[in-house]
Amino acid sequence: MNVAEFSALVFLAALVAGFLGALTGLGGGVVIVPVLSLLFGVDMRYAIGASLIAVIATSSGSAAAYVKDGYSNIRVGMFLEIATVLGALSGALVAVHISLSVLAIVFGVVLLYSAYISARKQPEFPATESPDRIATLLKLGGTFPTPQGLRSYNVQGVPAGFSLMFGAGILSGLLGIGSGAVKVIAMDRAMHLPFKVSTTTSNFMIGVTAAASAGIYLSRGYIDPILTMPVMLGVLTGALAGTKVLTKVRVGPLRILFGIVVAFLALEMMYNGFTGRF
Amino acid sequence: MKPKHNWADDQMRVEGIIGTLLRTGVLVAAAIVLAGGVLYLAGHPTARPSYHQFNSEPAEFRSVMGIFRDAIALHSLGLIQLGILFLIATPISRVAFTVFAFAEERDWMYVSITLVVLALLLYSVFARH
Repeated sequence: MNVAEFSALVFLAALVAGFLGALTGLGGGVVIVPVLSLLFGVDMRYAIGASLIAVIATSSGSAAAYVKDGYSNIRVGMFLEIATVLGALSGALVAVHISLSVLAIVFGVVLLYSAYISARKQPEFPATESPDRIATLLKLGGTFPTPQGLRSYNVQGVPAGFSLMFGAGILSGLLGIGSGAVKVIAMDRAMHLPFKVSTTTSNFMIGVTAAASAGIYLSRGYIDPILTMPVMLGVLTGALAGTKVLTKVRVGPLRILFGIVVAFLALEMMYNGFTGRF
Repeated sequence: MKPKHNWADDQMRVEGIIGTLLRTGVLVAAAIVLAGGVLYLAGHPTARPSYHQFNSEPAEFRSVMGIFRDAIALHSLGLIQLGILFLIATPISRVAFTVFAFAEERDWMYVSITLVVLALLLYSVFARH
């Protein structure tokens, strides 16, 4: 296979990943590493480097659309970015000392968990609870638009949310993914932010988290221009198209299909990790 | 006396600027990467890429200065790396812009929080790892 054919195939795969990722809310980045390493035989380190760049592109692209809707909470995002960025730096720095087999197994577990989380219905917490002390000190509460006008909410469980975010950062730096599922859990379950607020704020944060690890991966030589080019352009185009048709198609069946594909990739990653094929 | 600031209006304005900043950054980065990619494919139609084995990228693709030197010389791969660098810089410049937005609101606590995040990001991109 010459470089033009290779780039075209990778571009197509990334396009589909980005499209389905945007439609299902899982994000395209989460399948880039398994697709590149399992289907194209790319070394996991190059795959992780390319995936991080794809994650920054999709997150920044879609955050640009969401941020104007007034859902994302910039204070919550910026405060928690201390945790995710520290986590991402730690994850990226220790990644070189971890064997690829172990990375593949961890990747499989995280992938399965993300698929499970996105398939489940999210409970909504009442937005009128009184805030905890730290949340008040940090002015984390906010408002979001509803058909009945602006609704205000308070924030709970700041230490738990902050710790979970550190974990999300580590996974992002280790595996080259956005860790959107863990971020949403931290804001939704631990801090009781309204679901729309936690998903858009998470999206907002993913690009910053990924940029923190991308710097380290770039200087370590994990980001290859020829491989990253079709991955970045494909995922970005797919994600933009996915966001465009999101309101026009029924995503239910697609979501299940994508969930099955993700679960299959997760098991294959774990199998290859256990049999030491990386 | 200055009229009282409408915080919600400020918030909307800031979010509008951030949205434009992010969109422009991503599009410019994608355009540079695409230009470099087309240039590379046109110049090396029969090259055979191999990623089964990991060999770290050459030093010129690993540092900000090296990438700039290559891109200015219009080397195709250097251009792609420059686009990638531009993309990494997009969320970082969003954080830098947020410092000013909080400073305008005189929210010094959040100016400090944002500066910590910015410092960590700059360390990641400019330090040798």
